[in-house]
Amino acid sequence: MPEQGIELEFALESADFNGAGEASSRIKRTLQQLGVRPDIIRRIAISAYEAEMNVIIHAYRGVMRAEIYSDRTELVVDDEGPGISDVSLAMQVGYSTAPDHIREMGFGAGMGLPNMVRCTDKFDIKSVKDVGTKLSMIIYH
Amino acid sequence: MKLAQIRIMLDAEVLCGVEWLDKDVRSACGSDLMSDVLAFTKEQALLLTGLTNIQVIRTAEMSDLVAIMFVRGKRPGADVIEMARKMQIPLLTTNKPMYEACGVLYEDGLAGCSLKEEPCCCQSRE
Repeated sequence: MPEQGIELEFALESADFNGAGEASSRIKRTLQQLGVRPDIIRRIAISAYEAEMNVIIHAYRGVMRAEIYSDRTELVVDDEGPGISDVSLAMQVGYSTAPDHIREMGFGAGMGLPNMVRCTDKFDIKSVKDVGTKLSMIIYH
Repeated sequence: MKLAQIRIMLDAEVLCGVEWLDKDVRSACGSDLMSDVLAFTKEQALLLTGLTNIQVIRTAEMSDLVAIMFVRGKRPGADVIEMARKMQIPLLTTNKPMYEACGVLYEDGLAGCSLKEEPCCCQSRE
């Protein structure tokens, strides 16, 4: 793996449910090709997918960037959207503002952000109301 | 437990991946909440679900699930089946409802994905 890392970047669009997961899938396949341990890949893939779904469900558009180094993967998901008015509340298991049609798809159970925290080694969230949300995550290999 | 054995026990039809029925299934999870599946399942688990959308396949891909069993005779669309085939995720469907399908497998010794049985896949912060 090159020391300077491999960078992948994906544009995400609101309500693109058919394409949802494509970016995370590409990240996962790249990690597999690089020979990263499967249990580590699983944690990265789950974190990326939860973050990707959040943009598609809640934001207007966003960008997901993965930087893969020999010892770690860094994920940054930056969206333009309504933002989160109370981040500490959104971090609680079971809290969700997702509408019914999202829940019918199997999401919006309020597990996404807590699951990202659990699957990552470093997790940071910054959100500005009516501007957007930025997630930064690091998973060590 | 082999997937082939599960197919017989639930009298299930294989929608795709008949060539992968020799895969080992270590545990199972019955849920229509993909968020819960992402949070609580272990790798090489079987997912039993009544949801048939594309996110079920994506969730299985991200979580390294071994196969998906649709309950109560549910069938996904051709696009969903095709995606599962590309990802080499076997899809099966049983006429049994969720409770009965899970009960049959649990009674035969297939473990659940309970956190008490073994730490979750994801790293614990405790």
